[in-house]
Amino acid sequence: MTRTKRTKKEQVIQGRRRFMVGAAGLTFGVAFGVPHVLRLAGGEAQAAAAKQVTLNPWVTLSTDGTVAIMSPAAEMGQGSLTSLPLILADEMDADWSRVKIVPAYPSGKLYGNPLFGGEQYTAGSAAVTGYFNSLRQFGAQVRYVLVENAARHWGVPISELTTEPSMVVHAKSGRRLTYGEIAAFARVPAQAPEVEVEPVTKAQFRLVGRDVGRVDVPGKVNGTAQYSIDVQVPGMIYGAILREPMEGAAPEKIDDAAARAIEGVIRIVPLKYGVGVLAETPWAAFKAKNALKVTWSRTAKGWGFSNEKGYERCAAVAKDLRRKGLAWETKGDAPGAMAKAATIVEGEYRADYAYHAQMEPLNSVAAVSPAGDAVEIWVGTQSQTITVAAVAKALGIPESRVKFNGLLLGGGFGRRGNRDVEFIVDSVLMSKAAGRPVKVIWTREDDVHAGRFRPLYVNRIRAGLDASGRVIAWHHRVVSDEVLAFMDPVRYKASKGRDNIAMRGTELPTYDIPDRLTEGLQQVTGMRTAPLRAIGVGQNSFANEVFIDELAAKQGVDPVQFRLRQLDKTPLAQRARHVIEEVARMADWGRKRPGRGLGIAYLDYSGTQLAGVAEVSVDRQSGSIKVHHFWCTIDAGVAVQPDNVIAQTESSIVYGLGLALTERITIADGAVQQSNFNDYQVPRMMDLPELHIKLVQTRNHPTGAGQMATPLVPTAIANAVFQLTGVRMRQQPMLPERVKVALAEGSRNQA
Amino acid sequence: MSQMITTTLTVNGKRHTVSALPDTPLLWVLREHLKLTGTKFGCGVGQCGACTVHIDGQPNYACLNPIKDMEGRSVTTIEGLSPDSSHPLQKAWVAEQVPQCGYCQSGQIMRAAGLLKENPSPSRQEIVDYMQSNICRCGTYVRIVRAIERAVKEG
Repeated sequence: MTRTKRTKKEQVIQGRRRFMVGAAGLTFGVAFGVPHVLRLAGGEAQAAAAKQVTLNPWVTLSTDGTVAIMSPAAEMGQGSLTSLPLILADEMDADWSRVKIVPAYPSGKLYGNPLFGGEQYTAGSAAVTGYFNSLRQFGAQVRYVLVENAARHWGVPISELTTEPSMVVHAKSGRRLTYGEIAAFARVPAQAPEVEVEPVTKAQFRLVGRDVGRVDVPGKVNGTAQYSIDVQVPGMIYGAILREPMEGAAPEKIDDAAARAIEGVIRIVPLKYGVGVLAETPWAAFKAKNALKVTWSRTAKGWGFSNEKGYERCAAVAKDLRRKGLAWETKGDAPGAMAKAATIVEGEYRADYAYHAQMEPLNSVAAVSPAGDAVEIWVGTQSQTITVAAVAKALGIPESRVKFNGLLLGGGFGRRGNRDVEFIVDSVLMSKAAGRPVKVIWTREDDVHAGRFRPLYVNRIRAGLDASGRVIAWHHRVVSDEVLAFMDPVRYKASKGRDNIAMRGTELPTYDIPDRLTEGLQQVTGMRTAPLRAIGVGQNSFANEVFIDELAAKQGVDPVQFRLRQLDKTPLAQRARHVIEEVARMADWGRKRPGRGLGIAYLDYSGTQLAGVAEVSVDRQSGSIKVHHFWCTIDAGVAVQPDNVIAQTESSIVYGLGLALTERITIADGAVQQSNFNDYQVPRMMDLPELHIKLVQTRNHPTGAGQMATPLVPTAIANAVFQLTGVRMRQQPMLPERVKVALAEGSRNQA
Repeated sequence: MSQMITTTLTVNGKRHTVSALPDTPLLWVLREHLKLTGTKFGCGVGQCGACTVHIDGQPNYACLNPIKDMEGRSVTTIEGLSPDSSHPLQKAWVAEQVPQCGYCQSGQIMRAAGLLKENPSPSRQEIVDYMQSNICRCGTYVRIVRAIERAVKEG
């Protein structure tokens, strides 16, 4: 286990004893105190009363050898709680069995994700990719400080020292010091030493790439893992809220007689956006909420809206080329190239609203001080910093008066990172009204009715082909409800109106199409929207890759070959080529299966290269699609926890299966029609195909893994249905009635 | 249904007397009165299985059983499945790294424990049929099947 092959690093350490000036706000030697250790498994206690030394804001070392490492991200099932501290522990050469993970308190300056402008925001599968370099840097600095202390202690040159896990070794004299022993006398420099880490292409990792097991798993098999819904604080009561049926509707008349008659009900609390109930128990609160009779103001934008109206409007806008959108990706001169094209092909693709359906219904706990000038919250949020800001704003108090406790999330999928964190402000307002701590729980029906959905989409693509059939021009128009403006006005403003949530996935970074334009025409419909797993990529890549399949079919070219030919010569495209060829090989692409069809999808998702193949059959009577097999290849660069990348890919595929086949929210007169898992159907065990996943590990900077495979699924299924039936499915979800209609139209067209 | 009643039941081998509205689901009594929060609220209507516990030895939905029907009944929750996570299913769940967000997993494990009680060596199809009642939104189904098969093998 001796880390002997780090000579390069030691040379670097020796040769560079300069100090960084104000790097990344890093201040060495400042003790911040260690917050409570996240309760991952039954009553895990803080390390004994050992002396502690804070080496930087990320690491606190105890004399008993415990290494406390801050985890900056939310844990919602994606595994960042393990993988981020592990990256630091690797460079620090910490003994993983002595590592205690501590959730970082909200501080964008110290713990923000560089990819989100320093906000502590866990989204976009951007945790590992965003923090990777800085965590390695911090870990290397800590290791350097420990080695330097040992050198001084022994009076030997630093170049003679190596490390083993949590141990500094002087091989010449056979002396060893554990990190815990060093903690007893460590002097910590006021400024961080500059230490260079080896580039990812050459780095030798001890922990990165080795499956250590997720630290949150033990507590998740015995009921001790704590989510915000599990929190109880002394004196706490319960809240439920009957919310406006759509954004902007306000309660006009409230009849609460029946609600107040329920035993255990304490008070009815009128709110701007609904009517709250305070009660002794959750059950009394739910019953009272259901007994409320409220009429709502008809002033909201969304009244009268429906999916049909949404499609009508979006399709008209998409088709009307005089209406210019905001450019998202511009490359070359798409209109000019289009004018020179020998032929122009067009396609239109649609998607309904979709619901997150995270298993833990939204909830939060808040305790506002009697004077209303401070608050403590217990929450499951995708953004610690956004949450603190929103809560402070709701109470009109400084952020320093908000005490934050972050709990595990029973699923996030994009639902819990909106700028207004309304499900957290709920308990804050209710606690303020009650003068006591309050836990507000949304029922599943509340969670659906006040859902914030993946928007409704109409995508229109035009491709210009030259005489040989090569794609020379590409124009993709995305018309949908606005998302970013609703979910995060701050980021929207900074983006100058470009809606990255709606638009991502239109780009084609690896296809050799010299002239491209993608543009967004987001609509204000009054509907509540949010990022949902795979965000715009889930629909935009579906549109791209079904359209590509249509182009291949029109030219009579095999869809796999067509994609391979379309790739350019960049290193990224070489990785794309590999995942496509490999998935085709795994699926035995050329082999015909009686009664079954195969379809392929390829995707670059934030640099992660993926390809998928679905094998399907179709019941022509009912129109239902059965997916029998799904093959998937994923290259996300260096896999910090390889088994977890595979687990996340399994998860992404299952999620994509629901979006592809069954999941649909419909709106009538502005309100959501579904209410629970009986009418919003997510995949169950028997819906699963056989999954065949291959992780392609390459020496590239790690990219995302938490949602990347989701868009492959509807695309590969639609393309497989085409191969089997000759009929194109161009709308998500591919409900049985839609398949039946398409089959009937298909046979009419052939007749 | 709007006056409190008192009910005595056994939970994880211990007798408890609780006072609640008669139609209060067992789920909320377990979670908020008895502080056994391993049993989760997912849908409240018997659609997702997150609240699965054993009532008199049978897997059942805690959200669908009102406290008024619980007098003298015996309930086992995830906290009572084993004292130290040593149940074969719990060990297999760790070995297969099943949980992601983890919220549904107490219910999944209690459901699987019911299956193995009835049928100690289920086929793949029997597992899938029996586990149909429980939703995992993270889609850990593949690993759930593997973990159940491992628990059967390793006992």
